[in-house]
Amino acid sequence: MAIKGAITVDTEKCKGCGVCIPTCPTDTIALSKEVNSKGYNYLYMANPENCTGCTNCATVCPDAVITVYRVKI
Amino acid sequence: MEINDIIKPENKVYGKSPVLKDAVMHYCPGCSHGTVHKIIAEVIEEMDIQDKTIGISPVGCSVFAYNYLEIDWQQAAHGRAPALATATKRLMPDKYVFTYQGDGDLASIGTAEIMHACNRGENIVVIFINNAIYGMTGGQMAPTTLLGQVTATTPYGRDAKLNGFPLKITELIAQLEGTCYVTRQSVQNPAAVRKTKRAIRKAFENSMMDKGTSFIEVVSTCNSGWKLSPVAANTWMEENMFPFYPLGDIKDR
Repeated sequence: MAIKGAITVDTEKCKGCGVCIPTCPTDTIALSKEVNSKGYNYLYMANPENCTGCTNCATVCPDAVITVYRVKI
Repeated sequence: MEINDIIKPENKVYGKSPVLKDAVMHYCPGCSHGTVHKIIAEVIEEMDIQDKTIGISPVGCSVFAYNYLEIDWQQAAHGRAPALATATKRLMPDKYVFTYQGDGDLASIGTAEIMHACNRGENIVVIFINNAIYGMTGGQMAPTTLLGQVTATTPYGRDAKLNGFPLKITELIAQLEGTCYVTRQSVQNPAAVRKTKRAIRKAFENSMMDKGTSFIEVVSTCNSGWKLSPVAANTWMEENMFPFYPLGDIKDR
C-alpha cells in the first residue's frame, strides 16, 4: 500500500521563513521565486510527487499556513 | 494520482486549529512565538477548554498574543502576569489560567512576581519563552543572554565581569516547593514541537488537580535579534543554547 500526500499553503500568510524546509524528509518543498503581496517568497511543493503527507512541515510552521492531506492507495 | 484528488476535506490530516484566529501574526518570519501559540491553540482544542481558558499576556513581543488565540485574555503590566494570574485563578478556580511570558518579562522585571507565585504554588501554568535577548526593543542583552553573546548592548559579547552571568531561572524555580512540574523544551523541529505540546497539555491538566504551579520554559530563537536567518538561528540555538540550557524535565511530581 502506498501513501500519497499533498499540502496547501496560505501563500498570503506565508512569511517564507523556511524553517519547514529542513524538516521535509522527501525534499518536496521549496521557497517559490514568486513573492506574495508582502514580498515574501512563499512555500510551494517543488516536487509534489514526493510528498507523503508526514505533517513535519506543518508541525513546525510558526504561522500555521500549511494544511496537509494524505491518502492510502 | 492527481494532486486535486488528494486535496479533499476527507483526506485532511493536519491544519490550522480553529482556536487560532485568522489574523496574520506580527512576529518576524520564523519566530518561535508563532509555533508556541499554535501548539497552545491545539492543546486547548484537544482538551475542549476554549471557553474555560484565560490567558495573561505579558509585555514584550508577545504582548499582542490576545489577537491570535480565540480565548479570554488579560494583559498585565510588565512582568506582573503571575500576579494577575493568581487573582484570576483564585477568583475563578474552575478556569484554566496560564501566563505567557518572555525572558525579559519573566526573568528580569518580573522576577519577584514569578518567584512568589511559584512559591505560593498557585494552580496556574507559566509558559516562558527564553530567546536570550530583548526582542521587541531591538536586541539588547537580557538576563538570560549567554556569555560571549553579541547583542545591541554587549557589542563585544557578554562579559561576566561587566554584565554578570546568564540566569538559569528555570532551575531556581524548580527548587521552590510550590511548583509541581518544571520542564525545559524547544520548538525547532517536529519532535521537539510534539514534546512541548505534551508538556503544555500536562501543565494544563496539573492546573486543575491542585498540585501547584506548572512551569514550561521553551528555549526559542530570535532570528532578528540574533541577526541570523530563521534556519541558521535554529542551528545556533542547538549549538549554543542547548549546552547551557539543557532540555528535559527538571521536576515532575
